[in-house]
Amino acid sequence: MNATSRSASDARRTTGLPAPLVPLAGIALLFLGLPVLGLVVRTPWTTLAEVLTRRESLDALRLSLVCASLATVLCLVLGVPLAVVLARGHFPGRGLLRAVVTVPLVLPPVVGGVALFTAFGRRGIVGRPLDEVFGVTLPFTTAAVVVAEAFVAMPFLVIAVEGALRGSDRRYDEAAATLGASRWYTFRRVTLPLVAPGVAAGAVLCWARALGEFGATITFAGNFPGTTRTMPVEVYLTLQQDPPAAVALSLLLLVVSVAVLAGLRDRWLTSAR
Amino acid sequence: MADIGQMTGAAPIPTRDSGLEAELRVRRGGFALDVILTVAPGEVVALLGPNGAGKSTALRLLAGLLPLDDGRVRLGDVVLEDTAARVRLAPERRRVGVVFQDYLLFPHLSARENVAFGLRARGSDRAEARRCADSWLERVGLAEYAGERPRQLSGGQAQRVALARALASEPRLLLMDEPLGALDAGTRLSVRADLRRHLADFDGATVVVTHDALDAFVLADRLVVLENGCVVQEGTPTDVARHPRTDYVAQLVGLNLYRGLAAGGTVTLDTGATLSTAHPTSGPVLVAFPPTAVVLHRHRPDSSARNSWPARVTALEQHGDVVRVRLTGEIDAAADVTALSVAELGLEQGASVWAAVKATETSVYPA
Repeated sequence: MNATSRSASDARRTTGLPAPLVPLAGIALLFLGLPVLGLVVRTPWTTLAEVLTRRESLDALRLSLVCASLATVLCLVLGVPLAVVLARGHFPGRGLLRAVVTVPLVLPPVVGGVALFTAFGRRGIVGRPLDEVFGVTLPFTTAAVVVAEAFVAMPFLVIAVEGALRGSDRRYDEAAATLGASRWYTFRRVTLPLVAPGVAAGAVLCWARALGEFGATITFAGNFPGTTRTMPVEVYLTLQQDPPAAVALSLLLLVVSVAVLAGLRDRWLTSAR
Repeated sequence: MADIGQMTGAAPIPTRDSGLEAELRVRRGGFALDVILTVAPGEVVALLGPNGAGKSTALRLLAGLLPLDDGRVRLGDVVLEDTAARVRLAPERRRVGVVFQDYLLFPHLSARENVAFGLRARGSDRAEARRCADSWLERVGLAEYAGERPRQLSGGQAQRVALARALASEPRLLLMDEPLGALDAGTRLSVRADLRRHLADFDGATVVVTHDALDAFVLADRLVVLENGCVVQEGTPTDVARHPRTDYVAQLVGLNLYRGLAAGGTVTLDTGATLSTAHPTSGPVLVAFPPTAVVLHRHRPDSSARNSWPARVTALEQHGDVVRVRLTGEIDAAADVTALSVAELGLEQGASVWAAVKATETSVYPA
């Protein structure tokens, strides 16, 4: 492109960009931006309202929002303690533990769904006693959606909170101890408030990941309208029969995701010390 | 080490059933700390020493933030730690208040909530803690800053909030780590005076860790000088200032210090040189004289009542309105002269001069 000729003519420029990278970067930008742009361009604006107010769409959206939120709560309740143990605990095998935490991050979600079956399925390690003793079966229920989403999303929260804890000054905890605060009191009044921005950022990431979860959900929770058919599943199924409607639903998810991203950005900017 | 008080001529500390008694011993890699410390209620002891002497370690040991390898800490009639008896109280169960070097005020809490923190942590109800915090803030003159977050406070204000926070839960031992270290020179003066007043009001034992001689001399009733993990000198500020026992202390208080063997009115220094002194003694001694007592001449002075020796100038440093001349020779010394003398004597690095000190200007005390 003209960047090459300009850098040749401009003798003062000594640390310009390596010429071959510029066109490749441009292609990458198009590659990332074009599909999103396509979504907006191809949205059937005339039928948008009709598609989005369909009963199936609203059910799927409500289910997605409820399940993603519940999964985030589950991740907070269990993930924050895990992050504290990882960041502050001193015990052998901590590195291994951290690896275990990050496995769901790199695991293909469908494999995650299968893995959940082996644990919580009717014949699973925990699932069988759960079924036999309490008569509770998890797979293909709304609870399974929450479990699948939490499984996939929790690493995001744990890693964010652990990072925040590692970056926070432990001497505040010491100061609290010298003031007579028990460890639990110190955790609630000092440690946790100090990493609150990190927890919030982790929770938002976690929620976004849970909202978009598809593979593990459809594998472990299935595809029942109203109980386990979340937005991403709805989009996938709609695409088979009515592509324009799928585009409309996708736009909705896009708007929600971008809104979340914008919120996160604000959060990061305002909490910058 | 137990009889250091006696050795240095400081008044022996009466044993009481209150106050602090500590034997602190830890070893970390190549560093070993071995300190015996006694502080009476109401007494302020400054732990003075160069960086890396183990002052902050000692403070952390007293607060319970580090475990002892060996030793014991008793505060009043409560044993805080005793390695022989396997007793160790966690920091939160000791009645010890700490003012940290950078204060460590909780950034997400207001000044009032910071001061109330200890009371709330120990179970006071919100209104009671708040009332007490407000009265403490008033005592340190910060009543109108109660609602401010720490980042909105100046260094001096933050220091006072930290002090109020530490004192609000009524500790029996107050520990301060470089309390004035984070302040600029201007603020330091007023904060130091304030701090002295608040420490005078506090009836518990106080240990102030500092590497600043002036802070120690102004704030403390007694100095404990720490070098390489050991107590090298202990005594009242006046005593320490008059009779330094190590080069570090001599430098802090601005004296020339020498070790030697006295016989009558003459001290033979370790280097072989001799100094005449006014008061005859015998045995191992320390000889000290201030840089202002050293007079420089271009030629050998005639007066026989003086110690004089040829020396070479190694450095010139401006200190306020005097010039400190570093000399090397038979006796290494620092001399304070006026700018006029520098000009008249033609002093410069490498210049040869004669240094002279009157016998009456020297101070001799047992080593």
